[in-house]
Amino acid sequence: MLEINKLNVKYGQIHALHDVSLKVDTGRVVAVVGANGAGKTTLMMTLAGLLTPSDGEITYEGKPLPKAAYKIVGLGICLVPERRRLYANLTVKENLLMGAYLRKDKEGIAGDMERMYQLFPIIKERLGQYAGTLSGGEQQMVAIARGLMSRPKLLLLDEPSLGLAPIMVENMFRAIKEISAQGVTILLAEQNAFQALDMSDEAFVLETGRIIVSGSGKDLLNDPLVRKAYLGISH
Amino acid sequence: MGYYISGILTICLIYVISNVGLSVFTGFTGLFSLGHAAFFAVGAYTAAILTYFYNVNFYLALLAGGLMSGLVALVIGYPTLRAKLRSDYFAIATLGFGEAIRVLLENLSITQGARGLPGIANYATLPVVAAITVITVWIAVNFTHSRQGREAIAVREDFVAAEMMGINIFAVRLRSLIFSAVCGGIAGGLFAHYISFIQPSMFTSYLSTQMTASVVAGGMGSITGTVLATIIFIAIPEILRVASIWRLVAYGLLLVLIMTFRPQGLFGYRELSLGRSWKYLRENTLMRAKGRK
Repeated sequence: MLEINKLNVKYGQIHALHDVSLKVDTGRVVAVVGANGAGKTTLMMTLAGLLTPSDGEITYEGKPLPKAAYKIVGLGICLVPERRRLYANLTVKENLLMGAYLRKDKEGIAGDMERMYQLFPIIKERLGQYAGTLSGGEQQMVAIARGLMSRPKLLLLDEPSLGLAPIMVENMFRAIKEISAQGVTILLAEQNAFQALDMSDEAFVLETGRIIVSGSGKDLLNDPLVRKAYLGISH
Repeated sequence: MGYYISGILTICLIYVISNVGLSVFTGFTGLFSLGHAAFFAVGAYTAAILTYFYNVNFYLALLAGGLMSGLVALVIGYPTLRAKLRSDYFAIATLGFGEAIRVLLENLSITQGARGLPGIANYATLPVVAAITVITVWIAVNFTHSRQGREAIAVREDFVAAEMMGINIFAVRLRSLIFSAVCGGIAGGLFAHYISFIQPSMFTSYLSTQMTASVVAGGMGSITGTVLATIIFIAIPEILRVASIWRLVAYGLLLVLIMTFRPQGLFGYRELSLGRSWKYLRENTLMRAKGRK
């Protein structure tokens, strides 16, 4: 579905991604794990069209990915950005409807709203509340739901567990599994390596802009290098 | 009406046109421009040259001035907005652009350089200016309530989120800039045909700063706030003329006070609404009446 070949991204002099190549197959959950500053967010933002790569190619469904972010959204790739970026002065409902901005099918949108209530029951209770007044975990749920309202084929999740209480992290990963079960392909960037590897079909470990290990999520969980560096298990 | 009063009123309304245009851009996309005097100048010179040298109909000349400004906005806006310059970088780019246009006007032969254009026909009477002001404000309010306006607000509030909703932020910003430039150009054309004389030194960055100050003081995102702030900022120095040089100090002080006590501007995001004002008055007087009992 998505193929990245020797992608390089630079911020001025700083080389943030070095020759990153990876593949995301339809229907899969693919995780990119790594420490702070490894380049996870850079990768996600580049895929969403917010950053321009200096070199390399990205193909989506066999065609080169367009450069402009709004065109990428139209093709069915939606990024749920790091730190959520909800419209704090809009209500939860308005935020969700913003997600469906490019869609014209009113009935489909109403149906998808119902789907979101099932996925995240808390959203229904908070519908009329300003998004800025929600807790971090609730905001993250709204952010994911807002992303899903565009009916993406590929959902890019950047650090969905960032700053959440442990119980919220559990809920979040359960919801991500459910989204995947509904047929959405997911590319997940996470610092929470254990959870991310545990639920992913395929995973890549990013370190200072390079992919150092890749494999199935389960394999990486048992990889001594990964266990030592990211899971804090030395034996 | 006295000639003096109607003169101030005309000038007020001309600036209302250009500032409302700027309000649509700065207030609704969050980008600051420090070079909007250039659009004013381009409109003034285009319209003046057309009526002065070519005897073109005044209204057509005004329109041409507006369109020329819009075209210039496209030229400056395309590269800067395409590159997604962040607010401070964009402000500096427009500052340079504003000065460049002024220097250009000083050196072109058709503009007669620094000598300026004297004796432009005095077509912009108060009724004409008032009518164009009403039309401009009406269009601006509708523009901000359109899909374009809502997109602009989404971009202002969070451009990353807006892009992820599928909004083309470059197009939204460019359209807003062109709209504001057209307003500025028409205001400039009116200005030239009211004052009857224009020269490049009238359109320095001082004018740009004044325009942006009115938008910020009126409330970013409030058209009526901009209108009120513009009227205050034009009227106050006139009223304080008796205080001679101190009036400019008072003007500066007023700006400082507004920003200190109402950092969101006079009206904030709100628009002046007769219905809401009436409700407010009625509730307050009713409450006071009850309190007395």
